[in-house]
Amino acid sequence: MSNESKELAANAKRFDRKTLGDKLMNNALYILMILAVIYIQFFCNSNFLAPASLVNILSQTAAYLPAALGIAGCIVLTGTDLSAGRCVGLTACISASLLQKVGSASKMWTNIGTLPVPVVILIVVLIGALVGAFNGFFVAKFKLHPFIVTLGTQLILYTCLLLYVQQGNNGGMAISSLDPSYTDFIKGSFVSVPTGNGTSTPIPNFVWFAILLTALMWFIWNKTTFGKNMFALGSNEEAARVSGVNVFATTIMVFALAGAMYGWTGFVEGARIGSNTANTGFNYELDAIAACVIGGVSFVGGIGKIRGIVIGVLLLRLIFVGLNMAHVSQDLIYLVKGGIILFACALDMRKYLVKK
Amino acid sequence: MDQPVLLEMKGICKEFPGVKALDHVDLKVRAGTVHALMGENGAGKSTLMKCLFGIYSRDAGTITLDGREIHFKSSKEALENGVAMVHQELNQALTRTVKDNLWLGRYPKVAGFVVSERIMDQRTKEIFDTLEVSVDPKAVMSTLPVSQRQMVEIAKAVSYDAKIIVFDEPTSSLTESEVEHLFRIIDMLKKKGCGIIYISHKMDEILRISDDVTIMRDGAWVATRPASELTMDEIIRLMVGRELTNRFPPKENEPGEVILDVEHLKGRYTRLRDASFQLRKGEVLGIAGLDGSGRTEVLENLFGSMTRDGGTIRLHGTEIHNRSPREAIRNGFALLTEERRATGIFGIRDIKDNTVISNLKSYLKGGICLSDKKMTEDTEWAIQAMHIKTPSQKTQIRSLSGGNQQKVIIGRWLLTKPEVLLLDEPTRGIDVGAKYEIYQLIIDLAKEGKGVIMVSSEMPELLGVCDRILVMSGGCLAGEVDAKTATQEQILTLAAKYV
Repeated sequence: MSNESKELAANAKRFDRKTLGDKLMNNALYILMILAVIYIQFFCNSNFLAPASLVNILSQTAAYLPAALGIAGCIVLTGTDLSAGRCVGLTACISASLLQKVGSASKMWTNIGTLPVPVVILIVVLIGALVGAFNGFFVAKFKLHPFIVTLGTQLILYTCLLLYVQQGNNGGMAISSLDPSYTDFIKGSFVSVPTGNGTSTPIPNFVWFAILLTALMWFIWNKTTFGKNMFALGSNEEAARVSGVNVFATTIMVFALAGAMYGWTGFVEGARIGSNTANTGFNYELDAIAACVIGGVSFVGGIGKIRGIVIGVLLLRLIFVGLNMAHVSQDLIYLVKGGIILFACALDMRKYLVKK
Repeated sequence: MDQPVLLEMKGICKEFPGVKALDHVDLKVRAGTVHALMGENGAGKSTLMKCLFGIYSRDAGTITLDGREIHFKSSKEALENGVAMVHQELNQALTRTVKDNLWLGRYPKVAGFVVSERIMDQRTKEIFDTLEVSVDPKAVMSTLPVSQRQMVEIAKAVSYDAKIIVFDEPTSSLTESEVEHLFRIIDMLKKKGCGIIYISHKMDEILRISDDVTIMRDGAWVATRPASELTMDEIIRLMVGRELTNRFPPKENEPGEVILDVEHLKGRYTRLRDASFQLRKGEVLGIAGLDGSGRTEVLENLFGSMTRDGGTIRLHGTEIHNRSPREAIRNGFALLTEERRATGIFGIRDIKDNTVISNLKSYLKGGICLSDKKMTEDTEWAIQAMHIKTPSQKTQIRSLSGGNQQKVIIGRWLLTKPEVLLLDEPTRGIDVGAKYEIYQLIIDLAKEGKGVIMVSSEMPELLGVCDRILVMSGGCLAGEVDAKTATQEQILTLAAKYV
C-alpha cells in the first residue's frame, strides 16, 4: 500500500513538472519576446521603449495588420494568398493617383478634380475585393490550390501595376504630391502622446482605423454564420458540404474579404509612403503570412484567432524596430525573421501534436 | 403493412465511368418504420442513399417524398426538405466545438448574419436532453472519443426534425450500451412517424429493429421482405447470391509453445494501465472490451506506435523493446490498424505500391535501385494468395471494396515475414462474404505457425475465430476466457469490471 501511494505521489510530481514545463514551452515565444525587449531597452538603446518609439511600433503594426487579417482567412481554409502584396501595390497606386493635388505638375490624371476620400476608399476596396473574388472563384470552381491561383494572380497584377503607373501623365514615375485631404485622413492625428521636453508624438489616424477593422474582423470570425462556416470549411470541407454549407460562396467570400483588406491596406500605404511606385507592396504577403503563422493561424486549417494575428504582426514589428535600434546589420534581420518563423511554428505545432 | 408510404424511390439508375453502380433500384419506406437496406460492400447501398441525398445526381428514376416528386441538387436542399443522414464516415469539423458542428449549415441567426450563441446553447441542451446524450457541447470535437463523436452525429441528424433519416452503418464504432441507446432513439423516431433507412452489416441488429428489409446485390434490387419473415441465413443467401453455410471457417490451427510473453504493459500517454499475457505459436488470441478500455492501446504499445511506460516484452524468451514501429517490424511484428482509410491504405496509390511499402528494403538492387520485377512478383503473389479482386496491380487501392483493401494490407504485412500479427478490427466495415475470407486468412496464418492477436468489438467474431479471449476493462486486463466455452454474457461482465 505504501509502495503504491509512493508511486502515486511520484507520478503526481512528475505530472506537475510536466505541466509547468508545458506552460513555459507554450508561452516561450512571449517570454522570449519580453526578454528581447528588456535586453534591447537596457543594454542597447534606452530609447526603445520611449513614447516616440512605441508610437512608431504601433503605427507600423497598424499599417501591416489589415493585410494579415485578410490573409489569415485564406490560411484558415488551408490556403494562402500570394497576390496580397501586388494587390496592395495596385490599390496604393490607384488611391494615390486619384487623390493627387489638383494643379501639381506630376498629376497623373489631369482632368480629375478633387475626389472625395470615401469614394476612393470605396473604389480601391472594391478593386481589392474583386481581385480576391477572382482568386476565390478559381479555388472554389476548379479546386485549384490557392498557392497556384494566387501565384498566377500575383504575376497578372504586377503587369496591371506596371501598366497603370505608365498611364496618363505619369510615365512610370513615383506618384506623389498627394491631396492634403487624403494625407490628413490617414496620417493626421487627434491624439498625441507627450514625449517629454514639451514635445509630443501624434498617433496617426490609421491606427484607429486598424483597431476598428480588427474589431470588425473579430466580429465576423466569431459571431457570424460566415465566420463559423469558414472555420468549418477549413476544418473539414466534406463535413461542411453535407451539412448544407454553401462551400462555393463561402470560399469566394473569404478571398474577397481578404482582397478588400488589401484594398484598404493599399489605401493606407498610398498616403503613408507618400511616393508610390510599382514596387509598393512588394512581398507584403510574406510578412502577413509570417505574422499569421507566428500568431498561431495554422496551415492545418480551421485554427486561428484574431488575437494571435495581432500579436504576430506586433511581434514582427517589435523585432524589426528593435534590431534597427540595436544597430544590428540589415543583413542579419532576415536571419532573425526566418528563425522566428521556424521557432514559432514548431512551438505552435507542438500544441497540436497528440502524444501517443 | 398499414402505414402509409413516406418515401418511394423507383427505377433509380446511376452510372459511373465504366461501372453501372445502380440498375433500376426500388425502395419504399413507410412512415413510422425502420427499413433496413442490406447488401455486400459495393452493392450500391451508399450510392443509392447519396442519390437520395443529392450528393450524386441520378441518371434515371423518380423519388417521391410524401406524395411529392423530388429532385435534390444538394445536401442542403435534402436537409431542408426533411431528409437527414448519418454518414458512414464521420464527417466532422474536428477543430470546432460540438455545438458548432451540431448546427453547422443552419446556425440560429439574429439580424440575418449574426450567430446567436444563446439560442444555440439552448437548442443543443434540448436535443441532448431529449436524446439523453451526455456530451459537453463546448468540447472541441477532436478531443472526444469516436463513439461520442458518432453520438453527436446521430443527434445532429435527429435535430433536423427530418421525416426520413438515413443511418449508414451508425454502430460500427459504438459499444453495446451505446447501440442500445441508439435503438432507443430510433424507437422514439418511429413513434414520431419518421421513416428510418438503416444500413448495417450486423444481422442481429437488423433483425431486431427493422420492419422491412431490402436487399441489394451488385447495384440491383434483389428482394424486399418484412423482417419477421427473414432469418439470418436467408439474408446472407440473398446478399451473397449463394448458400453460405457457415459464418466461421473451421478452426484448424493448433496452438503450440509460447512465443511472446508480455508483462505489465503500460502506456505513458495512453489509457493502458496494466496488461500481462502470453501468446502461443499458431494461436489466435482475441482482445475484447468496450470502446476506450485499452484494446487498441495493447496492440499499439506492443508495436511501438505508442510510447510504453514500463513493462517487458519477451519474444522467444529474449527481451525486446519495440520503441518504434520500425524496430517492431524488424522484430517480426505486424500491425493492421483500426482505421483503414486513415492509417492503413495509401488511397491514391496503386495496389502494388500499397503491397510493397513495408518491405522495400528487400527489393533493393545494389543498395540503390528498386527491382520492379520482384515487386511485381510479390504483388502478384499477394493478389493470388489473399484472393484480392482487382482489375490490375495498377488500380488505385481506394477504388477496391473494404474487404479487398484489407486483404492488400494483410498481404503487405505477410511480405515482411512477421511472427506476430496484430490485427485491430480486421473486419470493420467489411461485408459478410468477405468477412468469411478474412477469418479464413486469419486461421490459415495461425495454422502456418504465426501468433495472431486480434482486437474486435464484435463478440460473435471473437468467439468464432479465436482460441482464447482477453477482456480489457478500464485500461487493465480484466480476465481471460476460453473461446470454445465462453459466452457473450461472461465477456460483458468482465468488460464492465473496472468501469
